[in-house]
Amino acid sequence: MDVDFTPEDIAFREEVRSFIEENYPKHLGSLDRGDMTKEDLLAWHKILHTKGWVAPSWPAEFGGTDWTVTQRYIFNEESARHGTIPPMPFGVQMLGPVIYTFGNQEQKDWVLPGILSGKDWWCQGYSEPGAGSDLAALKTKAVLEDDEYVVNGHKIWTTLAQHADWMFCLVRTTSGEKRQDGISFLLIDMKTPGITVRPIITIDGGHEVNEVFLEDVRVPARNLVGERDKGWTIAKFLLGNERSGIAGVARSKKAIDRLREIARGELENGGPLLSSADFSRKIAELEVDLTALEYTELRTLAAESQGQGPGPESSILKIKGTEIQQRITELTMEAVGNYAAPWVPQLDVGDNYLAIGPEQSHGVSQTYFNTRKTSIYGGSNEIQRNIIAKMVLGL
Amino acid sequence: MDFSFTEEQTLLRNMVQSFVSDNYDFDMRMKIVRSEDGMDRAIWQQFAELGLLAAPFSEEMGGLDGGPVETMVIMEELGRGLVVEPYLPTIVLCGGILNRHGSAAQKEGHLPGIIAGENIWALAFNEPQGRFNLADIVTSARAEGDGYVLNGAKAVVLGGPWADKLIVSARISGDQRDRDGVGLFIVDKSADGVSTQDYPTVDGGRASEVTLENVTVSGDAMIGDAGSGLDILEEAVDYGIAAICAEAIGHMKMLNDATVEYCRTRKQFGVPIGSFQVLQHRMVDMFMEYEQSVSMTYMVNMKLNEDAAARAKAAAGAKVQIGKSGRFVGQQAVQLHGGMGMTEELNVGHFFKRLTMIDTQFGNVDHHLKRFAAA
Repeated sequence: MDVDFTPEDIAFREEVRSFIEENYPKHLGSLDRGDMTKEDLLAWHKILHTKGWVAPSWPAEFGGTDWTVTQRYIFNEESARHGTIPPMPFGVQMLGPVIYTFGNQEQKDWVLPGILSGKDWWCQGYSEPGAGSDLAALKTKAVLEDDEYVVNGHKIWTTLAQHADWMFCLVRTTSGEKRQDGISFLLIDMKTPGITVRPIITIDGGHEVNEVFLEDVRVPARNLVGERDKGWTIAKFLLGNERSGIAGVARSKKAIDRLREIARGELENGGPLLSSADFSRKIAELEVDLTALEYTELRTLAAESQGQGPGPESSILKIKGTEIQQRITELTMEAVGNYAAPWVPQLDVGDNYLAIGPEQSHGVSQTYFNTRKTSIYGGSNEIQRNIIAKMVLGL
Repeated sequence: MDFSFTEEQTLLRNMVQSFVSDNYDFDMRMKIVRSEDGMDRAIWQQFAELGLLAAPFSEEMGGLDGGPVETMVIMEELGRGLVVEPYLPTIVLCGGILNRHGSAAQKEGHLPGIIAGENIWALAFNEPQGRFNLADIVTSARAEGDGYVLNGAKAVVLGGPWADKLIVSARISGDQRDRDGVGLFIVDKSADGVSTQDYPTVDGGRASEVTLENVTVSGDAMIGDAGSGLDILEEAVDYGIAAICAEAIGHMKMLNDATVEYCRTRKQFGVPIGSFQVLQHRMVDMFMEYEQSVSMTYMVNMKLNEDAAARAKAAAGAKVQIGKSGRFVGQQAVQLHGGMGMTEELNVGHFFKRLTMIDTQFGNVDHHLKRFAAA
């Protein structure tokens, strides 16, 4: 048992750190996520692509890196320390592995380069109004007519679909006896006639998610990934990948650093809030929980590097990771006291907006409200507990 | 022992409830919140006509002589409608201060305008550095002639943009956090030297940052004795706490009902999600949090008239309960509604946001736990 980094790892950390410091676009640091354009969101992605670092987890033959698990961990940690915008997960984290695992050669040739370069922005057409936690209940239908699928249906919670060039979409191609059968995995060009994207504004005032309506959308049959009617296997594979990395340990560490900084600047009875025994105890509790999660994640990574894929244990990372993220944002909002009240929905911010209260209080309530989504998305935390109960405990 | 409401109190509840359901549905509420003014003056006038603005004031002032229980009933029903109009700052906080501590001239001069719905008031007691400590006051009141000159900054003054009158806490003497030496002053918002920066708040309300620059007030603008302002302010805040506890149980009741109904009808895996035991137990926990909050709300409203120490302990305890319960009920209502709970379109998120702000308003759980322990 050994958790020390080798000299090679330490040198690698230095290399990553200085690359980020020298190349991360300065103007991104001062922008709120909600105010960013598509170009802003992709700026770092494109720089990483040029460097060859945009998809560290992919096999090298498809454009990934040959990094060890430890190196990938170090890269994530350094990225979080700097607060970089991660490469868009829909392509790199979700679809890429599906394509190089299940796609045919033609699909590998046109999908993977577009993901890596950032030319193609993907969105995830999974959830439907009647199919959330119960994804297999999905009803969007695709009927084969000659060499085209004609798709009709309604997707919801489609993150950043407003920017998307393409959508990977679960559709029902056969109504079989077992609901998991008859689902297929289809790649749909968002410019196809019949697609309407409607924004959903969330309680933090932001526009991240959308509804996508599909009305007689014609999709070439060659855009089917894997076997027809066997898409459920792909869907589950993708969800497994979605969960890995969801722990967000490095970003939570950074958020706790920021919380401590805020608490140092906030006053309580003339002294820094950070000196309050109650408040510093709450930060300490968070840090202990985060340390436990970090080592749980490291154990998972170590197992992964010995060839064991992310199993149902990754549900632990999702549950604990999101709970910690929610507690950090809650405590950060608590830190700013009365200045949690001003409301600056990202959508309405104009040039004439004057900031209210100290700078460190800006947006903390919005972040708290936004982060409530994390225990709902990617398989709600209740569903994750069901997975552990069934798959790990055998109940 | 009797926890029942009188016939008059029940009639009052029914009246407010039907007014809110007839005139203040969620769509209407959001229209008001998004309007330029952020409140509906016509609704405020109707409150006056219904006697809601007169409820806690004495009959000789044209009031209805109601007590804490009447205010509690009104606030709970306004809470069910997520009403944003400034009942709390105008009637409960400032009206309450004038009613309990105003001179005869101050009462006669100001209460009729409040009761008629002609004037809106806001209590400017927070300061940027003060967090939840009511005594942490930098704003100064310097005696000059027979009056005072005020200088300083007041933070997050709820209802400030709508107000024409403010009650401002300012330091006449002593050090920044001394209990003694605090005065409460009636200030015209239009007076020379008063400037405001107005903004919307998380919970659909409006607030102001208020700057006072050499604002002169006459001696009779001061409420109570010179230097005893903190006692009056603490008492007002405890009345405010009792009122927002009632508002919060209105929110929680609405959230719990909506959540149970949603889980009864929302189907996944071929069955209503309410059939899952883990969600049933969650809703039971939400229900228990609500019941405990109702109990603490009744408790504090019955103890408002006791001596300052007993009142403070009751208010601190109730605020802790409401802070914790409101957080749990709000978070779980969103969680059980799934993605829908995260949307601006559904009222669930708006109740959650108001409950979140109630936890901060007048001091959060930590603040009142310490106060409870010290009381």
